[in-house]
Amino acid sequence: MEPQDLTKVVLLACGSFNPITNMHLRMFELARDYLEDTGQYIVVRGIISAVGDGYKKKGLIEACHRVDMARLATDTSDWIKVDAWESQQPDWVETAKVMRHHYKELMTAEQNNDYVDTAKKRRIEATKHAFEDPSSYHTRRDNGPQLKLLCGADVLESFGVPNLWKHEDIAEIVGRYGLVCITRNGCDAHKFIHQSEVLWKHRKNIHVVREWVTNEISATHVRRALCRGQTVRYLLPDPVVSYIREHGLYSAESEQKNADVVLAPLQRHTGPSSS
Amino acid sequence: MSARIPLVLLACGSFNPITNQHMRLFELARDHLHQTGQFQVVGGIVSPVSDGYGKQGLVLAKHRIAMARLALQSSDWVSVDDWESQQPDWTETVVTMRYHYGRILKQYQEGTGKDSGPTTNSHHLTSSSPRLKLLCGADFLDTFKVPGLWLDDHVEEVAGRFGLVCVSRGDLEPERAVHESETLSRHWRNIFLVREWVRNETSATEVRRALRRGLSVKYLLPDSVIKYIHQHNLYTGDSELKNKDVLLRPLTKQTEMPVKTLDD
Repeated sequence: MEPQDLTKVVLLACGSFNPITNMHLRMFELARDYLEDTGQYIVVRGIISAVGDGYKKKGLIEACHRVDMARLATDTSDWIKVDAWESQQPDWVETAKVMRHHYKELMTAEQNNDYVDTAKKRRIEATKHAFEDPSSYHTRRDNGPQLKLLCGADVLESFGVPNLWKHEDIAEIVGRYGLVCITRNGCDAHKFIHQSEVLWKHRKNIHVVREWVTNEISATHVRRALCRGQTVRYLLPDPVVSYIREHGLYSAESEQKNADVVLAPLQRHTGPSSS
Repeated sequence: MSARIPLVLLACGSFNPITNQHMRLFELARDHLHQTGQFQVVGGIVSPVSDGYGKQGLVLAKHRIAMARLALQSSDWVSVDDWESQQPDWTETVVTMRYHYGRILKQYQEGTGKDSGPTTNSHHLTSSSPRLKLLCGADFLDTFKVPGLWLDDHVEEVAGRFGLVCVSRGDLEPERAVHESETLSRHWRNIFLVREWVRNETSATEVRRALRRGLSVKYLLPDSVIKYIHQHNLYTGDSELKNKDVLLRPLTKQTEMPVKTLDD
């Protein structure tokens, strides 16, 4: 395939990044390799979007630190960038909304790049209008970049947790955008997709990437080790390890933050008003 | 307060190439040994095996040494030693240990007796001479069972005279390997088992496979090592075929000319 026939993809990873680890970074690399190996895609950018403090997850430290650490971690990457928009919002923002925000930005950038090609500009305008209408799910755009959510199997399976996700958000994420799911256990992921009507419907938009080198560097474990004064070297990039030490992040105290608070999505979806 | 015993950790292996997981072994081992209250880890040595080992896919020692040096540039206590890799033939682990132990002891003996200034770890009074222990992953313990790979006397010396620090990986149960070996069981007090809770199966074998297929290995090894690999075009389909029909050197050497045990 000619380079211009390849579909451009931008990978977006949403999460706590509390803290960012080598495993998070590996996910991007694995996803890019997988997509480009199909011969259909070219991955042009990776975006790390740290969740805002309004998420109210237990042990979630301030967004400014999490964003700074992610920046240090991606310093040596020429395609993965950190975006602070989501982290700066006062309230928690649904993932679908974050995707809409980034998709809009992508389309605007694309448009600004193509002031010469008026035909393409018209197509992009038409796509943008269609995009504003949430009831339409355009997935084919002539060489416009596609935005895909990059995640682990745990996120995929979290679609099944009651009140954590709105049904229409899941539909939008897999229908309009697409998912790239990194997992050690391909069977479980496929089974989960198979057992969900909405996921099954958009299965062509869900890429399950097998991770052959098991790499379960969970941020939870990293925080536990830090609380106990144990080493986390080589699980995270060195600059991030230094940052954590310099700022005295992650202690028994920080782990107790939000201990008695309900997670924002659960608060919102079980609240009196629904969207 | 009894003084801690100073300890140096020696890791022998192919380091083909060195990975973040190799370097993590040192960090985990040090933490564990410090927490026992008995030891003060004062140094770490990475000793890549010589080309004479004859393992399939083993790239030239000079490259493996260079990569290990790049990887350990940022470490203030672990360093690379090329003595083993420079030997003309494959060297038994026990011989490598004797060499390094002799060196460390000599340094210590030259250091004491003079009014030596503070060393990096001297806030614990280290009145005794340093010990040397072999640092390895759980898979290494299983090699003791492979016929012809180890002489019984050598296993005795490694476990009895020196000692082992073994970091678990994946599903491997090092306790079982110790249990199933008479020699290792006898020296259980000298064998420290460290649990790595983070499942991180970054094996050099997988790294080489990824490199052969043009896949990314970023964040599994230091960037400087990846750069070196690309610059020298290491780890190709061809490099993996090296030594394909060659017998591993330990299997031939030890029957021809077994190394003397210390009692001889």
